[in-house]
Amino acid sequence: MTAISVSGLRKSYDGVEAVRGINFEVAAGEVFGLLGPNGAGKTTTVEILEGYRERDAGEVRVLGFDPGRAERAFRERIGVVLQSSELWPGLTVREIHRIFAGYYQRPRDVEDVIALVGLDEKRDARVKTLSGGQKRRLDLGIALVGDPDLVFLDEPTTGFDPAARRNAWELIRSLRELGKTVLLTTHYLDEAQQLADRVAVLRGGEIVLLGKPSELTGASAKAEIRYRRDGELVIVETNEPTRALNELTRAALAEGRELEGLEVRRPTLEDVYLELLDEDKA
Amino acid sequence: MRLFVHQLRSEQRIFWRNRESAVFLFIFPIMLFVLLGSFYTGDTIAGHPAVDVLLAGMIGYGAANTGFAGMAITLVIRREYGILKRLRSTPLPAGVYFAAALGSTLIVFALQTVVLYGLGWLFYDTSFPEDVLSLALLVLVGAVAFTGLGVGLASLIRSAEGASAVVNVVLLPMAFLSGSFGVRDYPAVLDAIAGALPLKHFIELVIGASLAGEALWSNLKALAIVVAWGAAGAVLAARRFTWEPKER
Repeated sequence: MTAISVSGLRKSYDGVEAVRGINFEVAAGEVFGLLGPNGAGKTTTVEILEGYRERDAGEVRVLGFDPGRAERAFRERIGVVLQSSELWPGLTVREIHRIFAGYYQRPRDVEDVIALVGLDEKRDARVKTLSGGQKRRLDLGIALVGDPDLVFLDEPTTGFDPAARRNAWELIRSLRELGKTVLLTTHYLDEAQQLADRVAVLRGGEIVLLGKPSELTGASAKAEIRYRRDGELVIVETNEPTRALNELTRAALAEGRELEGLEVRRPTLEDVYLELLDEDKA
Repeated sequence: MRLFVHQLRSEQRIFWRNRESAVFLFIFPIMLFVLLGSFYTGDTIAGHPAVDVLLAGMIGYGAANTGFAGMAITLVIRREYGILKRLRSTPLPAGVYFAAALGSTLIVFALQTVVLYGLGWLFYDTSFPEDVLSLALLVLVGAVAFTGLGVGLASLIRSAEGASAVVNVVLLPMAFLSGSFGVRDYPAVLDAIAGALPLKHFIELVIGASLAGEALWSNLKALAIVVAWGAAGAVLAARRFTWEPKER
């Protein structure tokens, strides 16, 4: 089953093309990451899928609906977490969940949702007393309270400290266990690598890379062996890391030398990504 | 209908929970009336007891304060905080949202009017309204018209920080010139400005219904001016209103 299909999608603002004819599909139950630097067209793409913006050209289906028509039946089935939003500071976590639950025909149980996002102990706390991370959990809670099939998360951990990020990641993984389809935008590579089943890398309004995180890095099979010789960094690129390493270590042992700072690494998505961005500058 | 009731209850909860809005929009006009009322006892204005005229002026100020100022500031803040954008992604229809916001304003304003009359009777021996039905209809007309103006103005304000300042720069001079606070003798130029604005006419209608026993429809010109301003605000809103933050 396909949850999202996009083909030939284009959008311009004042003559500047923000999205230049992109194509991708997201299967039901999949966590799909849109990755790219600021201004790459991620938010524009997501906001077209959410029904906030009209497209200039292309075909878009989300859960079988055309989001450009913003039908109520469509909005019954999506949950949206915006990049930044505040809620009524004087209301409690439970009250805000109840308000949003009331908008849907078949909401989830409010207490269950609050427990799911880990705000059990803050049920009766006012929004203004919550920490930044707790507010983001609240955002996620009210996106889930309508029991959506598809959840949009726009840069869910921007501005988080490392511990809060790991908590958020756990939460997003739990969405997969609920069987939700998730469309995630991020400019953090590790986030896409950690969470997404598949990733589309956007640059200048185009998709420059699309696939599983492991496939993307596997595109170049090369491994790198790094060590220091007399303080100088030596980098060996090889398609046969086992053999290369064996030769290196044997030679070093024969000479009674230590391979200082020895490491073997495969290019991470980050390397691939940075390479792409460098091409952009060149 | 279920959604409307749900949203109306939510709006009421949000309104009374927010101390600033509850004090500024609901208590403030009542407080002004109690304070100013003590200056006006015994005098007459245009043949009516001065404190009765002040009460009518305060009802006008209450309409402009809850409908116009309250709606404009609330909408701008919700828009800039991303609350409106967020609501837009839920199944709540836009029409239900605005109907409930209007209904909530009407509840606050009607309650305020009742409290004003109660305190006037208690402290200053003000008279019971002559034409209760017309006065009740005026509360409805005032809430609708000034809410329309408030939504229109919200469409023009760009930032949450500026909302309160912009609104009060419009509201306070209009309230003074229109006789909200009992003063009614102004130079011709200022009087002409007030005559072009809706609040003075709304207060005339309130005085007519409450003190002279004139039915709402006996002063069609004033009624038309009030309604026209509300409609102008609604038209402006229909063209310029956005659900998304302007300053992000």
